[in-house]
Amino acid sequence: MAKVTFVDHDGTKHEVEAPIGNNLMEIAVNNNIAGIDGDCGGMAACATCHVTVDPAWYAKTGARSEAEESMLTFLPEIAETARLGCQIEMTEELDGLVLHLPVEQF
Amino acid sequence: MTALKQTTLSDLPLSDIDPSVQTRFQTGEHFEVFDRLREEAPVYFHESTQYGPFWSISKYKDIIEVEAQPKIFSSDAAYGGIWIKEQPKDTIRKSFMTADPPEHDVQRKVVNPIVSPTNLHDMEKRVRDIVNLVLDDLPINEEIDWVERVSVEVTGRVLCALMDFPVEERLDLTTWSDIVNTDVDAGTEITDEYKKLEALAPMIKKFKEMFAERSAMPPQNDLISMLAHSQETASMEPQQFVGMLVLLMVGGNDTTRNSISGGLDALNKFPEEYKKLRENPELVDSMVPEIIRWVTPVAHMRRTAMQDIEFKGQQIKKGDKVIMWYCSGNRDEDVIEDPYTFKIDRKNPRQHVSFGFGIHRCLGNRMAEMQLRILWEEILKRGWVIETTGEPERRFSNFVVGIDSLKAIVRAA
Repeated sequence: MAKVTFVDHDGTKHEVEAPIGNNLMEIAVNNNIAGIDGDCGGMAACATCHVTVDPAWYAKTGARSEAEESMLTFLPEIAETARLGCQIEMTEELDGLVLHLPVEQF
Repeated sequence: MTALKQTTLSDLPLSDIDPSVQTRFQTGEHFEVFDRLREEAPVYFHESTQYGPFWSISKYKDIIEVEAQPKIFSSDAAYGGIWIKEQPKDTIRKSFMTADPPEHDVQRKVVNPIVSPTNLHDMEKRVRDIVNLVLDDLPINEEIDWVERVSVEVTGRVLCALMDFPVEERLDLTTWSDIVNTDVDAGTEITDEYKKLEALAPMIKKFKEMFAERSAMPPQNDLISMLAHSQETASMEPQQFVGMLVLLMVGGNDTTRNSISGGLDALNKFPEEYKKLRENPELVDSMVPEIIRWVTPVAHMRRTAMQDIEFKGQQIKKGDKVIMWYCSGNRDEDVIEDPYTFKIDRKNPRQHVSFGFGIHRCLGNRMAEMQLRILWEEILKRGWVIETTGEPERRFSNFVVGIDSLKAIVRAA
C-alpha cells in the first residue's frame, strides 16, 4: 500500500498507510494525526486540515480550488505550499508524499 | 402560557410552530422543536413567524453546505445581514461578518494577525496570569455568582489585553456587549435599534477616542492599533471601524463568557464526567470543544438567498431569509453520537458547528478554546471542585445562548 508521512512542527515523523482514492484529511483523521481535525467533513470550509506540502511534492498535488484558496487566505500564516488536506486525493503518484503540520494546529 | 401547557409541542403541526420563540431557548424546549424539524423537514419554510417567513436549516451537513456557498447565501447587511430580525438600515454597523467577498476578505485579513500562532503563543501566559488573578480572588465554601466572578472577569480582562483597553473600565465592555446583544423584544428599556444606539453612545465615543489615540501612536500589537494603522482600514468611516470593534468586542466576550458558565453547568449535570475530568486532567483538551458544542453560544445565523436555488429538494427563492440553526446542527444524531450527552472524551470533539464554517468561520475560535482550557487547567491544579447550587438564569434570546447568573460554591480539596 502507498504511504505518506506527516511531520509534526517539532520534527516527529508519522508514516501511515494511504489508501488510493482517500483524501489526505481522511487519511490523517483515520490515523489520529494530531493537528488535523477535518471539522467540516471535507468541504474546504474550515481549514482544520491545513498542511504544508513538502516543496518537492507540491506540484504533484494539483492546484488549489477557489474555495480552498479563500479558506487558506484566512489562516493567519501560511506557507507557499499550503493546501487543505481534504482537497488532495491520494494517487499512486503520491506514494511517499511528505506533509508538514503547521504550528498553530496544536 | 396556559394554552401552551395544555397543547404540547408534539401535537402541533410544524406549520404552527415558530422555532424562534425566545422563551423556549430559556427552558430548553427549543431542542424539541429542532428534533422535529431535523426528523420531519430538515429544510423547512416557516410561512409565519414573529419575523415573517424564513427557511430553517436544521441538519449539520446542510448548515455546512449553506455556509460553503457565500455567493448564493449572502451575509451582506444590504440584504439583511446575519440578523433574523430585519434591522432599520440607518442603525446598521457594518463589519466583515456582514459583508460578502471581496469586501469581507480585505477587512478580515487586517485583524487576522491577532490570532496568529505567534500571537496566540504570546497571549497564553497573559491569559494564565489573568485566570490566576481571578481564581485567587474567589472565596472558598461560600456561594458566589460564577458568571459575575469568573466568566465576566476572565473574558473581560482578556479582551482588555487584546484591545489594550483600560482594565479598570473592563465592565464597560461587558455592559456594551450585552446591550448589542439585547433582544429588543425582551421587555427591557431597549425596545428598538434606535434605543440601542442611544445606549451605546458612550461606547462609540470611547472607541472613536481610542482609534484617534492609536492612530497618533506608533503601531502596537493590539486590535485597535492594527485597525488604525492598516492601509485597508485606517481610512474607514467612523461607523465602519466602530462596527469592526463591536464585532471583535462581542465576539471576544459574550460567547466565551457563556461557554465558561455553560461548561460549569454541564459538568455539574453530568457528575460522572466531572469525576472523570478530576481523575484525568489531560481530558481538558477534548472537554473544551465539547463544552463549545454543548453550549452552542450562538444559536443561529441568517443568510439571504441571492438567487432561486433548489436545496435538498426545496425551492428557495431569491431574497428568501435562510436561518442556519447551529443549536440544532450540534444535536444532529447523524453526525454526533448521543448528542444529548455531555462527553468530555469524544473521539472527534471539534466536530461541531458552533464556530460556523466557510469564510465566516469564527476568527477567534482558538482564542476562545485557549481561555477555557487555561481556566480549567488552573482550576484542576488547585484540586478545587466547583459545585453549582442552582439552575442557570438564561437570557431571553434566540441568538446568544446567554447565562446571566449561575450560583456556585468552590470546594477546596
